[in-house]
Amino acid sequence: MEILRIEPTNLTPFVLLDGSGNLELSGRSIPENSLEFYQPVYEWLDAYLENPLDKTIFEVKLDYFNTSSSKCILDILKKIDKLESKGLDVLVKWYYNENDEDMKEAGEDYGDLLDAPFELIAI
Amino acid sequence: MIDVFKQFQTFQKDNVILSFRGEVSFDLVKAMLDNVELRLDVIEPKLKTRKKVFNVLVEAYQNLCHHIETGTELALIDQGKMAMMLLNYDKNCYNIVTGNYIMNHAIPKLENWLNTINSQDEKSLRDLYKEVLNNETFSKKGGGGLGFIDISRKSGSKMEFKFHKISKDYSFFEFKIKVPKEN
Repeated sequence: MEILRIEPTNLTPFVLLDGSGNLELSGRSIPENSLEFYQPVYEWLDAYLENPLDKTIFEVKLDYFNTSSSKCILDILKKIDKLESKGLDVLVKWYYNENDEDMKEAGEDYGDLLDAPFELIAI
Repeated sequence: MIDVFKQFQTFQKDNVILSFRGEVSFDLVKAMLDNVELRLDVIEPKLKTRKKVFNVLVEAYQNLCHHIETGTELALIDQGKMAMMLLNYDKNCYNIVTGNYIMNHAIPKLENWLNTINSQDEKSLRDLYKEVLNNETFSKKGGGGLGFIDISRKSGSKMEFKFHKISKDYSFFEFKIKVPKEN
């Protein structure tokens, strides 16, 4: 698959979807129009779901995200969840700063809404 | 004429970090957030508090941009997309204030939503957040109803608000939230 790599800005996260089964979302996600920002990510994942690898690891390392991004992040995680329902090996790794209780809770909230294995990792 | 020095000293005494009245836009909000983030790095030693204040500011300011009213009648009362933002601190907390015009017919729904959020305890607020996150579709104006829940959760405070009627169709919506300083 074609690589989708989006460099970070002060408002938007780093995204790397490289087709090797390792997906990454990191930094901050506070754009005013999250749907527009995440549209290429949705499209890439939809194509990946057509022909996924046996094992997919999605790593999330966010410092901040706004509520407009929170819905988009859930939509991405739900696409990842579809791999789990296809019987494929999936793992979501949610990294958070050990002093950041809010980001830990955010991870727990997403984990509650998904079927895929969800690992919370303090850094 | 405004007594500039007196105004400046009042801001200084009240530890005002940001004070604005004017036309808001996403570019302006972005510049303000950049500026405030740098100021917070200097004045607030606790990472946890800095992050909470920044998070609540992002929601409150972006919310303003999404919900700004631009009716022709409003343009006669005040010019363009006018709103206000104020951020200051005292020894216990950061005070975040926003103000914007709202159409009177939209008040009952907003007031009801704010009261619903304010009546929740920490656990039920978290459940409400998950419910809205999981079920509600995006409104055209973004945010999907999560903004005020997030502000309430992150701050751990009750939201204070008032609607000041200014005409048959419009009111001024005053909104305040405190973010306590971590001890």
